[in-house]
This record gives sequence, structure tokens and C-alpha cells, in this order.
Amino acid sequence: MSLPLEWTAPETVAAPEETPLEFADTEQTHYIFGFWLFLASDIVLFSCLFASFLVYRGENLNMGSLGVVLPINLTTVMTETVLLLTSSFTCSLAVHELRRHRVRGVVTLLAITLALGAAFVTLEVRDFVGLVASGYNWGQNSFLSAFFTLVGTHGGHVTFGILWGIAIIIQLLVHGLGTKTARKVYTFALYWHFLDIVWVFIFTVVYLSTILK
Amino acid sequence: MGAIIAKLFPPSTYDSAIILGADAAIILVSAAVVIILTKYKRWQWLWKEWITSADHKKIGIMYLIVAVTMLFRGGVDALMMRSQLAIPDNTLLTANHYDEIFTTHGTIMVFFMAMPFIFALFNVAVPLLIGARDVAFPRLNAISLWLTIFAALLFNVSFVIGGSPNAGWTAYPPLTEMSFNPGLGQNYYLMSLLISGVGTVATGVNFLVTIIRMRAPGMTLMRMPMFVWSALVTSALIIFAFPALTVALALTLLDRVGGSTFFTLGHGGMPMMYVNLFWIWGHPEVYILVLPAFGVFSEVVATFSQKRLFGYSTMVVSVLAITALSFGVWVHHFFTMGAGASINVFFGLSTMLIAIPTGVKVFNWIFTMWQGRVRLTVPMLYALAFIPTFVIGGASGVMLATVPADYQLNNTYFLVAHFHNVLIGGVVFGLLAGMYYWWPKMFGYMLDERWGRRAFWLFFVGFWVTFVPQYFLGLEGMPRRIFTYPAGLGWTGLNQISTVGAFMMGAGFVVLVYDILYSVLHMVRDTTGDPWNGRTLEWSLPSPVPEYNFAVVPIVNDRDAWWEMKRSGNGQPNWPSAKAIRGLHVPKHSAQPFFLGLSFFILGWGVVYEWWWIALFGLVAVLASLVYAMMDYDEVEEIDPDTIRGIEGRFGRLQA
Repeated sequence: MSLPLEWTAPETVAAPEETPLEFADTEQTHYIFGFWLFLASDIVLFSCLFASFLVYRGENLNMGSLGVVLPINLTTVMTETVLLLTSSFTCSLAVHELRRHRVRGVVTLLAITLALGAAFVTLEVRDFVGLVASGYNWGQNSFLSAFFTLVGTHGGHVTFGILWGIAIIIQLLVHGLGTKTARKVYTFALYWHFLDIVWVFIFTVVYLSTILK
Repeated sequence: MGAIIAKLFPPSTYDSAIILGADAAIILVSAAVVIILTKYKRWQWLWKEWITSADHKKIGIMYLIVAVTMLFRGGVDALMMRSQLAIPDNTLLTANHYDEIFTTHGTIMVFFMAMPFIFALFNVAVPLLIGARDVAFPRLNAISLWLTIFAALLFNVSFVIGGSPNAGWTAYPPLTEMSFNPGLGQNYYLMSLLISGVGTVATGVNFLVTIIRMRAPGMTLMRMPMFVWSALVTSALIIFAFPALTVALALTLLDRVGGSTFFTLGHGGMPMMYVNLFWIWGHPEVYILVLPAFGVFSEVVATFSQKRLFGYSTMVVSVLAITALSFGVWVHHFFTMGAGASINVFFGLSTMLIAIPTGVKVFNWIFTMWQGRVRLTVPMLYALAFIPTFVIGGASGVMLATVPADYQLNNTYFLVAHFHNVLIGGVVFGLLAGMYYWWPKMFGYMLDERWGRRAFWLFFVGFWVTFVPQYFLGLEGMPRRIFTYPAGLGWTGLNQISTVGAFMMGAGFVVLVYDILYSVLHMVRDTTGDPWNGRTLEWSLPSPVPEYNFAVVPIVNDRDAWWEMKRSGNGQPNWPSAKAIRGLHVPKHSAQPFFLGLSFFILGWGVVYEWWWIALFGLVAVLASLVYAMMDYDEVEEIDPDTIRGIEGRFGRLQA
């Protein structure tokens, strides 16, 4: 008699030797895929903010209202950029250490990454405070509203990333390296690189081609 | 103290007998629920079995309860509007109350009725249809549910405390700006939709991962049932569309409570920017709502015609085409903005293009029934009613997409009739069909067909009586969202017919609820697990489905997997041997999703009132709850094989 249902449980396929830790457990890889989807969603969020920024820039230029001449100097923005790009590099090194199963290296490099991120946020906050102190607040015109919102949303993401990264370091210290902690380090790295890419766009669109032009 | 009370209870929360009556009803019903739960000692059961559950089937049922409750509230709003408009110069409602009611009607029906209803069906059906043991992220799924529930609660609280929103469900600025709308209602609207939006995106991610990664062996993409395809594209639409809504709402909120100038008049603010962002989300949202209904119809029509779905691959291509096109039509919601002829023509044409894949689907459903053995069950009645209704709704949509005509029809009752025609005739009929279809799978007993048919006829006839007059009202120039009209414009008779229809639909809802109660009392159990002679995998399981779903994961060889299994085994299923059954992991119960939702509620409420200490407390609670979830490494529990063997044996599903 033919079997209507072939009642064989699917075999668990053993991961080949060279499979990185974060991809070794199928269940954990779902999280990585899911995180990519979240990032896709976040890209749409930033796209809407960029679109708003560009629309309001055009509108304010047309109206002849100021706001494009902000007391921001290239040195601070360059420093911020260097800090964040370097942190992305150290974050990659952390994943590299992860592949070599060296928990101490992962923790150290993640800590450096977060420190660089914190320095970035500090500079950005100082910039914002300086702007507001010299009378450029976002209630002044829609261009400033869009500027603070776009750059601030990115800064908020970095701040959240720092808190998240601290939580991951604690987990690494408590649980060591396993498929689960490895996956968390990996998704954190995806997030961090993503923020870096967004910053490259902010640097180009907001600073180079608008404010510092 | 007096100032705080005045802020909590502004005049609009108590200044009419209707409002006071509704307040009293809310208090009485809540008290009754508390008393019943206490009397029958059900609190612990509620907490342990439901609130902390991460089981997708229970989450689906909880979504369904939210949806039906909100259908009630949105429906009452509709009946109040229709009562107000039944006679000219009516004074039943004031202009402000009318504004509040059409705002809450629209918002609730879209965000807290249709969306939860769709997620109810996704949760109940999708994992079973693809042969999975749960969704990819069960706890995230529970978080989505509790964000939705607490967001719905926050939105409804505005009725009693603080005042309802009153700027329409689309909430266009500058009317929503603080200078024109200083009450708290719009804050409630913004915070509750922002919170439910987080949950919705999480659901989108969850189901996309589940469908892509967790299908049973042998189920290729082109062997997925159509409902799964619709869940897949809907999830993708959610992921790519909802951030635009988040931005539109967040910028409005910043304008209101933060003093920015995005959508103000002056300071370079541009209200039309909001309208663009809103509809970049809003049009895909239309398909987020209707594609799942299409999916239900594909399952229902095939099952009750006892035939394979006609033109499966064209169905797949059609939903993909609709998904892609839906992102390119948003300007048709505001042709009158004055963007210029070429832009309007582009969006008019792209809108009409969507009619093509939709038409393909309609023909496929008809051809599926052709020469099939059609059984007129309640779900099938809704499917049959859907086809002509949706075709007419779609045709009036094409009329609206004709730009010059739109200049006349825009903002009239013609538009109101059009979108109710597609949203009720498409979405609500589909969701009710899905509810009747999967009810035995959810609860283990059938809904009574006789009372179901009565509810259907009331609802279906009521629908036409309500909305056909509204097309004519629109053609005669009656604008939407007006709270009254003078006699002598020729609108009175049509409005009265429409009101009669609305009360028929209300009666249909009452009969539907009666059907549920009647079926509980005269319980007809579904002992086979396959009451409809179904075609897909969920019908291979007992009803209600055990916590672990599949004792042994099936291997899929065909699109209609269960049909094929039944056919090849001559209707004699070959159950697994006790030996083949192993221990399984199921998601552990957790209170974290509930507390995360509660924290978001506190955060939201604090922001609504701009009482920042409360908001800060809520934010800290949100973060604490997230950290707790992150640090919790004990997410699954094991069911030992003997328990599973016991359960399967009790259903007679073990090889002797």
C-alpha cells in the first residue's frame, strides 16, 4: 500500500566544518534573514527622511529663507565621519575574531567599536547643542526641522546600537561563544555597517552638498 | 488638581447623553468581565493559557477577538453616522462629535479591525498550511499581538479620557497641527498608530521569514497554497510600506509636541508632504488588506468546488504584479493637488493597469467553479457575493482613476461608496469567509450554517442598500464628512435608504454574533479534523490542532498536499508509528510580550499628555523589557514523545 504521508522526520543536516558559527544552527539563521528584512524596512524609513530633507531644502531655497548657512565646520563633520568609519572597521575585525572563535578578541573589538560610536554621538550632540545655542532650532523653518530629524534619527540609531552592543558584550561574557551569541554579534555587525552606510549618505547629501557647499 | 481633571475629562468626553451612555456601557461591560472572570476563577487560566502564550494558534484567536470587538465599535460609529444623516438638519450629533465618529470609524476599521483580522487568519492558517510547527519567531509574534492590543486600547481610551481624534482617518495637516487642533485626540491617534505600526512590521518580518524558511520538505514556492502566497506578498508590502506611515505620523507628532515645522502653514512647512508620505504607505495598505482576502477566496473556492484552483501560476503572477504596481499609484488619492497633467496621467494609467491582474484573478476563481461540484456553504456564499461586488467596486475605482472625472467625484459620497464597495465587498467578505472556513480548525466545532446564512444575507443585502444610494449621492454632489445637510437638495431619500441598509448590516452583525453563541451552545464537534473535505495540510490535523501542530512533519508532493495524500491512500490515511514520534520543542510561555505592550502603552499615554515623567517611565520599562527578552536564553520547552504519542493516540492517529 502506498503511503499517503511519508512520515519521515526531516534529517538534520550537519553543518560542514567551515560553516561559521552564526550560520551553524538553522534556527539562528532565521534571525539573520529576519534582520536583513528589518534593515530593508529601516532603509525605507531613512529614504522617507532623506526625501523629506531634499524637498524641504528645495522649498527653503525657493523661499529664500536661510538655514542652509549653518555654523558647522568641516573638521567636526570629518572627525565624526572618520570615527564612525573606523568603528565599522573594528566591528568587521570583531566578526573576524568571531570566525576564529576568540571570545576575548570579539569583546575587545566590540568595546572599541562602541567607544568610537560613543565619541561620534558625543560630537554630534555637541554640534546640535551649539546650533541651538546660536539660535538655530528646528522651529525656525522646515529645513532645520528636516535637518535635525534626519541626522537625529541616525544619531538615535547609533545610540540604540551602543546600548544593544553593551548588552551583547554582557551576554558574551556570561554565555561565551555559541551559535546564539555568535548570531547576535553578527546581526549587530549588520546593523552597525548599515548605520555607517546611512552616514555616508548623510555626509554627502546633508553636509557636503547642502550645508558646507 | 482641577487642571489635571479638566485635561483628563474635557467637555467632549461627557457633553452629550450618547457619550455618557457609551461611557456607562463601557464601565458596565468591563465590570461584568471582571466579575465573571473572578466568579469562575478564570484569572489564572487567562494568564497562563492565553496572555503569556506564544502559540500561533492562540495568538490568532486573540487577534480575532480584537478584530470582532473592534468591528463592533467601528460598526456602532457607522450606525451613529447613518442615524445623524437620516434626516436633514438633524441634531442627534454635533459637528464635533460627528467629526470624532467618522475619524474613529475609519481608523478603527482599518487599523484595529481589518489588520488584526488579517493577522488572525495568518496566525491560524499559515504555519499549518506550510507544514511548520510555529512561526519563525514565536515570542516576537506575541509581542506583535500585545502591541496591537495595547495600541487599540490606547486609541479607544481617548473616547473616555482626553477626547477622540477628529481629523479623519487620514489625519491631513494643517488640520492636525496644534494651532488648529489643540486637543489630545490627535496625539492619541498618532501614538496608537505608531505603536501598532511597530507590531505590524514585526509581523511582516515574522511571516516572510516563516514562509521563506520553514516550509515542509517538498513544498516548493510553486506548491504553496494561494493563501500562503498572499501572506508572503502582504508581508513584503508591510515591510516596505509601513515605514512611510511611521515617518508621516512621527513628523506630525514632532510638529505637535516638539515644535518643528514640517506641515505647518508658514516657516516653509508643506502639508502636501504629509499627504504624499501617507499615501505612499496608504495605497500599498489597500493591497495589504485585500490580498489576504483574495488568498482566502482562492482556498475557499477550490475547496467548495472540489477542484484544483484554476490558473495557479497566473494567480501567482497576478499577486506579484499587484504588489509591484501598488507602489506606483499613490498620487491617485490627490489628483486635485495640482501636480500637473503629465503626472496625473501617469498615475491614472498605472492605477488602471492594476485592474488587469485583478481581472485575471476574478476569471480564475470563476473558472475554478466551472464544472466543479459547488457546495453553497457560508464561506462559499461570501466568495460568490464577493465576485460581483468587487468587480463593481473595482469598476468605480477605474472611474475615479480617470483624472477629469476624479475632479468631479473627489471628496464626494461616490468615493465613499467606491472604497466601501472594495473594502467590504473585498476585504470584509473575505475575512468573514476565512473566519467561517477556519473556525472548526481554531475551535474544534462548526459554526451553524443556518444562522450563518441568515447573517450573510442581511449583511450582503444591507451592503448594497447602504452603498448604491451613496454612489448617486456622490453624483449629486454630496460631499463626504459633512455632519448634516439642508432639506431640498434631493439627498434626503437616498440618505434614508442608505441608513436602512446600514441597520441591516448592523442586524447582520448581531446575527453573526448570535451564530457564534448558538454554535457554542449546540456544539457540533469536528471529529475528523477535515469537515470540508479540504485540500491543504491544515485539514490533515485534528481540530483544534495540538500545540506542536505536526507530530511528524509531512512531505509534500503536490500543491493540494492533503488532497493528494487522501487520494493516493484511497481515503485511508496512513498514520505514523509510535516509534517515529520524537520529542518536540514548543515556545515557552512568557509574560514579557504582555509587559512590553503595557510599557508601550504607558509611554504612549505619557506622550499623548506630554507628561514627560510618565513617558520616560514607559521608555525605561520598554528598554528593560527588551533587555529582559534579550537575556532570556530559555525560550523553548520540550514536549516529551510520550505526551505526543498520547495525544495522537487519543485522536486515533497512530499506526496500530
